[in-house]
Amino acid sequence: MRNRSALILTTVLTTGALTLTACGSRDKDKGSDDNGGGKTTVTIGFDAPLTGDLSALGIGMRNSAELAVKTANKENTVDGVEFKLEPLDDQAQPSVGGQNAQKFISNNDVIGVVGPLNSSVSQSMQKPFNDANLTQISPANTGTELTQGDGWKTGDKKRQFKTFFRTATTDQVQGQFAAQYLFQKAKIKKVYLIDDQKTYGAGLAASFKDTFTDLGGKIVGSDHVNPEDRDFKSVTSKVKGTGAEAVYYGGEYPAAAPLSQQLKESGAKIPLMGGDGMKSDEFPKLNKKAEGDFGTSVGAPVEELPSAKKFIAEYNKNYKENMETYGGGTYDATWAIIEAVKLAVDENDGKLPSDAREKVLASMSKVKFDGVTGSVSFDKYGDTTNTMMTAYEVKNNKWGSKFSEAYKPR
Amino acid sequence: MNELPQQLANGLILGAMYGLIAIGYTMVYGIVQLINFAHGEIFMIGGFGALTVSLWLPDGFSLLAAIPLMIIGGVICSVAVGTAAERFAYRPLRGAPRLAPLITAIGLSILLQQAIWKWYPEAKKDRTFPQFSGDPVHIFGADVQRGDFFLILAAPLCMLALAYYVNKTRTGRGMQATAQDPDTAKLMGINTDRIIVMAFAIGAAFAAIAAVGYGLHNGQVGFKMGFIMGLKAFTAAVLGGIGNIYGAMLGGIVLGVAEALATGYMADVPGMEQFGGGAWKDVWAFALLILVLLLRPQGLLGERVADRA
Repeated sequence: MRNRSALILTTVLTTGALTLTACGSRDKDKGSDDNGGGKTTVTIGFDAPLTGDLSALGIGMRNSAELAVKTANKENTVDGVEFKLEPLDDQAQPSVGGQNAQKFISNNDVIGVVGPLNSSVSQSMQKPFNDANLTQISPANTGTELTQGDGWKTGDKKRQFKTFFRTATTDQVQGQFAAQYLFQKAKIKKVYLIDDQKTYGAGLAASFKDTFTDLGGKIVGSDHVNPEDRDFKSVTSKVKGTGAEAVYYGGEYPAAAPLSQQLKESGAKIPLMGGDGMKSDEFPKLNKKAEGDFGTSVGAPVEELPSAKKFIAEYNKNYKENMETYGGGTYDATWAIIEAVKLAVDENDGKLPSDAREKVLASMSKVKFDGVTGSVSFDKYGDTTNTMMTAYEVKNNKWGSKFSEAYKPR
Repeated sequence: MNELPQQLANGLILGAMYGLIAIGYTMVYGIVQLINFAHGEIFMIGGFGALTVSLWLPDGFSLLAAIPLMIIGGVICSVAVGTAAERFAYRPLRGAPRLAPLITAIGLSILLQQAIWKWYPEAKKDRTFPQFSGDPVHIFGADVQRGDFFLILAAPLCMLALAYYVNKTRTGRGMQATAQDPDTAKLMGINTDRIIVMAFAIGAAFAAIAAVGYGLHNGQVGFKMGFIMGLKAFTAAVLGGIGNIYGAMLGGIVLGVAEALATGYMADVPGMEQFGGGAWKDVWAFALLILVLLLRPQGLLGERVADRA
């Protein structure tokens, strides 16, 4: 009996493993096939959480990337090249992201990847992409160490992976900007600090703390929460007794919304402030007491940029889901890959080079164009040269922009 | 320590929620010795059932009047799923080794979670749950949200009703008999299959009531909410002595209060600054569980074996 169940188990596992392998290599044999009109098809990979509680952000990103690909195909941006988007879902989990990275690498048509949303997921993708010379551009990863290494705090910056680029500014810049806004513009001197212990949240909170105390503000207490929790009553009860004038939260909107609501319910009528992970349209929807809360985001408000008008119109025509925080940045990230392909093709007498991945990667540092969020180009770390930051405040249950500046990191 | 009454109130409300869910674990375990790991998902489905009812109601319908309807909606959904799970997932495995139904329960849990994720409209992210407006009520030095009074009332009422049912009614006594010795109970003419279905149904109904409380308390329900809550409620059931219905409620309240106090005060203990706050509350809750199990392996109220039902 025992042996038989072991046998069955092994069979099931083997079959399962085989099926999974089959999924991964489905597209492998097709190669760079011509599709009728003598066009070469290249695939741009895309990775973000398309399911789970961060899917609102992820789906907005996918739609924007798809729109960039469609636009390039329609306008024939790169002669003789037809772009295709392959979106994968990482469920906001590093392990799934790692598997997706392997899928992209093994598909020879993929010449670049846009994504992911989460810095922690990115950490599981950077190394494999680096080894495969596959360009990766994230519109949302703000973890400073992703580009500059763990030494950034002490000024010892070192580029980590030659294949990693981003159109988002770093947590360092964003945390500093938030601290400065809160201290100088909102005139708040005492802050309670909470983070969710993830790469993004903890980095943001740390950067905020340094700048805020430097400016002369006081951190009256700090706590960490689990991003899966929805009950923060015991934390908010604690905040009330500290005399804090605001709470800064390093984390994302699914936990930030109940945190903000329970903060106000606890009787401490003070605003919650967070970064771009909190500045989602979902935040004021999930939280009836969001009025007066602050958020920061990377880039100028997309709705107000003249360069973004066309993008917004096209987006709203084609998709019913909101583009959310990273729509414009994702469009630009995807477009940066398209531009890099164009440069590579131009250098190769109008044909896609055989070592496309290497050539696209080499072209990335030369990419420069006016995108949806402003001028797009990358510095020697792979970071965006655009440090435009915007502070928002919830008014009438909606995020409204308050203040934008091209922030100079301290 | 000036926020102590507030932290105790937070803990009691959370604990009442854990306790109500824990009843489902403990009753099913008491009768069929099965850890129904899908119970957290049955709780979640109760929440979505209640949400559905509240969405059907016309705008401007008073929430106070809607709550009974929402409870009914939630209870119908979770009881239907709970009893169907018993009939189709667990009953076929009733003579099988213990591990088989356990794995089935885990599989069922994933299935239910994904089903809600896939088919409930807009359930791919958290959905907002109706809430009472108005300021919190100040009693005994604590601010209590209006919505939380639901749990404060519902938990003792449910416990009283359950105690009456188990001790005074025919089916209730049949339940005790089945828990003590299913074979003899069968010989005495008790329809044990029916008793088992009843145990699943009562557990599911209590979970649905807890889910309404969860929605009112947190202002949202999501397809993932059953996992953590189920795990905590299971812990509460073990803490109180699994198989004992009063132990489940006691375990829930002890767990909830321990979490609130750990969040509120652990960081103030000298030398423990690193281990306080919201991130460590689960660690302390489970440390408490280990401590209780070391000193009293049967759980807080575990010795009353004859009472388990």
